[in-house]
Amino acid sequence: MTGTFVGMPAFPKAAHDAVRNKTLRGNLRHATHTIRDKRARAVTELEDWARLREAGKQIKDHTLHHLDRYLVQLEDAVTAAGGTVHWAADADEANRIVTYLVKATGETEVVKVKSMATQEIGLNEALEAEGIHAYETDLAELIVQLGKDRPSHILVPAIHRNRGEIRDIFKREMGEWGRPAPDGLTDTPAELAEAARLHLREKFLRAKVGISGANFMVAETGTLVVVESEGNGRMCLTLPETLISVVGIEKIVPTWRDLEVFLQTLPRSSTAERMNPYTSMWTGTTDEDGPQTFHLVLIDNGRTDTLADEVGRQALRCIRCSACLNVCPVYERAGGHAYGSVYPGPIGAILSPQLRGTESEIDASLPYASSLCGACYEVCPVAIDIPEVLVHLRERVVEGGPVTRQGAKVVLKPAKGHAAERAAMRAARWAFSHPGALRTGQRLASRTRRLHPRSLPGPGQAWSASREMPAVPAEPFRDWWQRTRGGKDAK
Amino acid sequence: MRVALFLTCVNDTLYPDTGRAVVDLLTRLGVEVDFPMAQTCCGQAHYNTGYRHEAEPLARHFSDVFRDYDAIVTPSGSCGAMVRELYPRMGERARAEGRGDGLATALAPVVPKTYELTEFLVDVLKVTDVGAYYPHKVTYHPTCHGLRGLGLGDRPRRLLQAVKGLELVELPGAEECCGFGGTFALKNADVSAAMGADKVRNAESTGADVLCAADNSCLMHIGGTMGRLRTAMRPVHIAEILASTEEEPLA
Amino acid sequence: MSSRDLILGRVRRALADVPKDDTPPVPERPGRDPQYEQAVDRTYLREHGDRTTEQTVDLLAENLADYRAIVHRTDNGGLPGVIARLLAERGSRTVLVPSGLPPEWLAEAADATRVPDSAASTPHELDEIDSVVTGCAVAIAETGTIVLDGGPDQGRRRITLVPDHHICVVRVPGQVVSSVPQALDRLDPARPLTWISGPSATSDIELDRVEGVHGPRTLEVVLVAGD
Repeated sequence: MTGTFVGMPAFPKAAHDAVRNKTLRGNLRHATHTIRDKRARAVTELEDWARLREAGKQIKDHTLHHLDRYLVQLEDAVTAAGGTVHWAADADEANRIVTYLVKATGETEVVKVKSMATQEIGLNEALEAEGIHAYETDLAELIVQLGKDRPSHILVPAIHRNRGEIRDIFKREMGEWGRPAPDGLTDTPAELAEAARLHLREKFLRAKVGISGANFMVAETGTLVVVESEGNGRMCLTLPETLISVVGIEKIVPTWRDLEVFLQTLPRSSTAERMNPYTSMWTGTTDEDGPQTFHLVLIDNGRTDTLADEVGRQALRCIRCSACLNVCPVYERAGGHAYGSVYPGPIGAILSPQLRGTESEIDASLPYASSLCGACYEVCPVAIDIPEVLVHLRERVVEGGPVTRQGAKVVLKPAKGHAAERAAMRAARWAFSHPGALRTGQRLASRTRRLHPRSLPGPGQAWSASREMPAVPAEPFRDWWQRTRGGKDAK
Repeated sequence: MRVALFLTCVNDTLYPDTGRAVVDLLTRLGVEVDFPMAQTCCGQAHYNTGYRHEAEPLARHFSDVFRDYDAIVTPSGSCGAMVRELYPRMGERARAEGRGDGLATALAPVVPKTYELTEFLVDVLKVTDVGAYYPHKVTYHPTCHGLRGLGLGDRPRRLLQAVKGLELVELPGAEECCGFGGTFALKNADVSAAMGADKVRNAESTGADVLCAADNSCLMHIGGTMGRLRTAMRPVHIAEILASTEEEPLA
Repeated sequence: MSSRDLILGRVRRALADVPKDDTPPVPERPGRDPQYEQAVDRTYLREHGDRTTEQTVDLLAENLADYRAIVHRTDNGGLPGVIARLLAERGSRTVLVPSGLPPEWLAEAADATRVPDSAASTPHELDEIDSVVTGCAVAIAETGTIVLDGGPDQGRRRITLVPDHHICVVRVPGQVVSSVPQALDRLDPARPLTWISGPSATSDIELDRVEGVHGPRTLEVVLVAGD
């Protein structure tokens, strides 16, 4: 993934600061609660929501289980419709292909539709290194790019910024990149959107190369689908002469008809609308309408490794709606940056450690960045059981075991830093397997209860820094039960 | 019907009053309840922290202890969900690891017989008015594994609404997690504490004297936060409210 | 080994645990693949609610307006007058015209200079044009969506994008369907499709919806009765 995330501290460390940042907490609380309630209303409108969700899950599962077949079928269909298909095993290869394709046009700038896949591979940085300027055109991506910031949300990458901060970024930075912000720009969202319109218009009108991702690719027809709101997507997909779409191999659906499920569930789950303002669908190239050259770059970059995990592969069903972020109580307080990945929130916590592996500090900590409350699973439009995968990945961290990395089977060692925990878990398992031992421990705790400190030293501080300790009772229940014969004798 | 109380290790050690309340309540409703002394822990903390293989012997032990009862009642949504939701999954995983059907077969008998307390009252005993008396203003926090894992729905609220003298007030943001999450409370203490503080502030805003839930693990976290924030509210397990009567009110 | 073969090989190895099905795939029509038909339970609804044709058209109007499209209703005879009025109210001096737009639609729009949709126009030239008038392929009542498929009365995709004012004519009830599934049935995936639900919008600032970004900031939909 992108260089910007390398060396991120573990999640708890990053979250420590975020939790104390009052502006950030306020911004996130306001935004996530707004969209949460709207989503609930949009979903309630469809009485068959549960069936749509199940169908979406089944379509994606079936596709993943036959992915080789559908990839070949997609390639044939796109090629027959006038497109060229490229395959990239990893981020470097994808970046090399795109850079080569852009250079072949002789252009030194490209306009981009918001795309998670290109963020994941760090395309902008790779292009910049070759002297090609990539302009992000989605409003939130523009805010992030102008602010030299990192995205913190899948749908709304600048969710951590409020209107006042956005105005300041526009006033300070727009002039550096092109048309400056209008004089007297206020912080009303309408004026900020207008400033973005004016700033980006000159870039759209002169662009010769557009770069996009795709929400869906239809194997039977070779059709690509981009779902958006602002019209920047349409600009990038229709005005340039050359279009390069960089798409993860898991974005396939088998048939045209399958879109009837996702075009109902995606908008309601992401922006909480019945339908997003614009959806573009194109199949190869069309004579005299839109780009006359179309390249599709299919990327693996850890997806086949994820596919190899029986429990974890369900993460590949994700349609990037971000509903799980918006309901997540941990995301709401820690913010997106703490996840150290372009994929933040609950889905990021199961996707990043699978796409990147669990070797780094941040990736090994992500499976624990959840209270397992299950709100994410409840709203997921393709029923990804995120808590199940989180627990599965925790197991991978503490126990190690066989995984697939870059297509090869390897056996991971248990992660460092869990030795004390592992010993405690084993000791607890032993005690719980020996009721007598458990009872001795309980009695000891009860007898010494007056000596217990009100706050704990060492690792126990994690509890007692913010919470009182529970008082230990005079006797455990089992002693009372035995003493009173289940309450039949005097209490 | 042979009914066993699966109290859970946390309640046994730290919250014996909840256990006594369940015994009092069920006895009052004419159910003879047994407490198998060999019971220990369902293995949830192990499983959810990533030590599934350490949890397996605990799950087998659980099944050995409880398999001959007709019903297993627990005053914990999360431990109930462990047995009902995750024991079958443990069996499947063992099978996928090429270890055969042994674990799945061993655990299968206890899965459908395990009930969280409010489920047992409403679904099995078919009561919502348990004859309780509790003259306090109460707000109810639905804990996550009860709410989303077991699907307890409105059962706890129906039981509370039938309690004489009890005024039930809605908790804003009720369905948001309190931030306990087992080892999450330690591994991500900052976020956990922030979630707990928000939960307590929401509870305070109701003007209730008591925050009620059906899981003492969450109440330990919420109550610990209340203590630290010097809130006048008290955390009380639903079993203790339902056990309270005019003759023997909860202390 | 090519990256194509590398990736396909990885996929096949990754799926080693998935039981192989014996049904031979039908490569040219996987939608008819019996195995795929079985894999997906399609008992979700083909449309939501039970409405008369008239009510479906009303719902379309309501949902278009809900997302800030401006809705007008007229009949065949009134259409040229409505279009002329909308262009005049906007003060449009130039209007883009797809090659197959029925000429009578613009018969009363005397003041606006017609600019034909042409492959030769540059984006900058399109940016100078005030309005565009098109038909559509289908309209979806439940979502308030109009779909363009590049047909002769709709033109190239960019002409409904660059000008700031789009007038879209929907023939009712003939072009109206209730739902997304019904719309997909009517559309040809080989054509370039643009689904439009209201004017362009963004939710990128504090997740509050603001209408009007890069696409036309004013979308007027004229529902014309009588096919």
